[in-house]
Amino acid sequence: MAQILDMPQLSDTMKIGVLQKWRKNEGDKVSPGEVMAEIETDKAVMDFEAFDEGVLLKRLITDGTSVPVGTPIAIIGKAGDDIAKLVEEAKARGQGGSAAKAAAPAPAAKPAPAAAPAAKPAATAANGQTAAAPKPAPAPAPMPKRAAAPAPAAPAVPAGTKVLASPLARKLATDLGIDLRSVQGTGPGGRIVERDVKAAAEGGANGAVAATAATDWHAAEEAPQTAAPRVSAAAPLPAQIVPERRAEARPAQAPPAEDLVKPLSMMRRTIAERLLVAKTTVPHFYLTADVDMDAAMDFREQVAQVHGAKLSVNDLVLKACALALRRIPEANASFTDEAIIQHARVDIGMAVAIEDGLITPVIRDADKKTIGQIGTEARELAGRARDRKLKPEEYTHATFSVSNLGMMGIRHFAAIINPPEGAILAVGNVRKLPVVKDGKIVIGQQMSITLSCDHRVIDGALGAKLLQAIVAILEKPISLAF
Amino acid sequence: MPRTVAFREALNEAMAEEMEKDDRIFLMGEEVGHYDGAYKVSKGLLKKFGEKRVIDTPIAEGGFVGVGIGAAMVGLRPIIELMTWNFSFVAADQLINNAAKIRQMSGGQFTLPVVFRGPGGSAHMLAAQHSQSTEALWAHIPGLKVVMPANPKDAKGLLKSAIRDDNPIIFIEGEVLYADQGEIPDGEYTIPLGVAEVKRPGTDLTIIGWSKMVKIALATAEALAAEGIEAEVVDPRTIRPLDEELLVQSVSKTKRCLILEEGWPFNGVGAEIAYRIGRRCFDDLDAPVERLTGADMPMPYNHHLEQQCIPDVPRAVAAAKKLLYLE
Repeated sequence: MAQILDMPQLSDTMKIGVLQKWRKNEGDKVSPGEVMAEIETDKAVMDFEAFDEGVLLKRLITDGTSVPVGTPIAIIGKAGDDIAKLVEEAKARGQGGSAAKAAAPAPAAKPAPAAAPAAKPAATAANGQTAAAPKPAPAPAPMPKRAAAPAPAAPAVPAGTKVLASPLARKLATDLGIDLRSVQGTGPGGRIVERDVKAAAEGGANGAVAATAATDWHAAEEAPQTAAPRVSAAAPLPAQIVPERRAEARPAQAPPAEDLVKPLSMMRRTIAERLLVAKTTVPHFYLTADVDMDAAMDFREQVAQVHGAKLSVNDLVLKACALALRRIPEANASFTDEAIIQHARVDIGMAVAIEDGLITPVIRDADKKTIGQIGTEARELAGRARDRKLKPEEYTHATFSVSNLGMMGIRHFAAIINPPEGAILAVGNVRKLPVVKDGKIVIGQQMSITLSCDHRVIDGALGAKLLQAIVAILEKPISLAF
Repeated sequence: MPRTVAFREALNEAMAEEMEKDDRIFLMGEEVGHYDGAYKVSKGLLKKFGEKRVIDTPIAEGGFVGVGIGAAMVGLRPIIELMTWNFSFVAADQLINNAAKIRQMSGGQFTLPVVFRGPGGSAHMLAAQHSQSTEALWAHIPGLKVVMPANPKDAKGLLKSAIRDDNPIIFIEGEVLYADQGEIPDGEYTIPLGVAEVKRPGTDLTIIGWSKMVKIALATAEALAAEGIEAEVVDPRTIRPLDEELLVQSVSKTKRCLILEEGWPFNGVGAEIAYRIGRRCFDDLDAPVERLTGADMPMPYNHHLEQQCIPDVPRAVAAAKKLLYLE
């Protein structure tokens, strides 16, 4: 029996997927686990694998097409299957049929699914994934076997709304990465025509942001595993993504502005959406402490000498946070509408700046790993993050995050919490300065760290206890060795 | 040194030059000889080539069109003048069933080097039966080539190529173009059939027109230029074979296409061109291909009504702006 395959939800926050490239042609045989296409989610480019044995009978969308999750993208079956009906069905669903599904706006704000305030709902959602899957299937959402299985997340814009656009406008929008549903058409009946897409690209119609300085941000990409995710919401957009584009002369139109305008990528869209929710719905408060880093820097030196292993300051911080969260488990928690979930695991996300945005790969069970393991894993994850090769389960469901801008000379900053996590640590640079030790002024090494806490989960005193623990561990780094 | 000649003189030169070279060529039709042609296209040819090669016929298109076909079948190269293409209908059987088919039905044993030429399209207050554009009828029929020059240079170069071609040619001369002056190159030249020409380069839309409509297209482009819109005017020059490539190339560049056609809209030449552009340029189009055609009715005699039935510059400008969403 031939069946329709839908755009899968390949990450928690994915609402729209771009079919970047088909890897199978119509008529090609596919077997389970074989890659049929590459799909760009809001975070990564992922392989779309076949679930069943069969033949790719029809591709319903072409390379480069962006469709909401749950939209039919292909028909698979046995060679010779009559697919006329399925094509009809797919067409109906692709155009008008998914309106109902689209009705509910996706509550990105909503933290872990908390219908049942049991001990570990969020935990299973995160870690149970790999265990449950028979093979290393990358998709956290079930690869829809039957057409009927609707994707859980609703598309950003009702998919049932037919977009009127000229073929040229469609092509242009695809080239520029503009979602036509966000463009206001000025042609007859609201048809989107070339000038509308260009206006959108130039920021005219839809008020896209003009990017300015981006050089510093660019430098951040060079720095290993760094950058403040949450700060980035306010940071200028990197300019290198879309080539500079000046309006072409159009008949009877005013001369174009000189502003550089870049359409929102999927990632920027997601960052904007999630950070806005985080910053406006999570009651943040901030605690700052200075860490005497003399011992930690010595420790680092010794490890380098004895083991030849190079640890970064960030590795030390990650390990310190993991140990502190183990000591203060109440702070390793998430808020839900019904309950506070105290996590049994200590999974630490680390913000990594990548082209066009940032991502927070997660070091699982960081409290159980040695600092060497953490360092190796952190570097490996950061590398793949920059290549956009992370699987969703590798950047979701952390219980706590660390963001480090120290290597960029930042002394102090406050990060935005990544819900449903309860807190995030912002790490400044290690700097030499005169300090008072044993009643004498000496040259000391100090680092400022700032903890942002979700006050619904972590009160002031609890947050202070956590921060204290982190400071204590870093100042007596011997515990980092175990 | 290029010379300035009238459209009718260019045609006359083409026939004279070819007849000089090849005595198999003869001209036959109503009043082509002693009267020098109803539109004076054959002026002086009788004197030059004699009655054997410039032959006046009775008013009997079905007869002399058939004679032309027969002569071509036995090795001559006739030019058959129809006083106007409106009169070709009585010879439709000869043109459609014989001229268009004999080469194929004889398995190539016969070639048909014959040119049927004469004025076409509306002129002024000639009423329904004498104001017709017939290119869509002829271009519909496989086996016929259809040529429609827009200026003296094209008229001469294309007619010479038509006379040298071994297939039956429908050569339609815009009746109102005969007096148009234009530069032609000095000396021998031909223009191959099936090659379109960009009559005016532009970037914002393509206007396709042939014969008389090239003038409307150029005037429209001029009017649009005053508003900052650069229209490209492309003249296919031959309807069949059609130079699809140049048309596609132009529309791919400008993203918008307006087709001007004097004839009726239904099954018009422009309909075929629009289809081909729609198919080849689909992803490049910012608006559906637009057509401005003659009114879908027999031509009224009344002058004002007649003007309403023929594509003109104001309506072409409006159609162009519609394509650019500037209404």
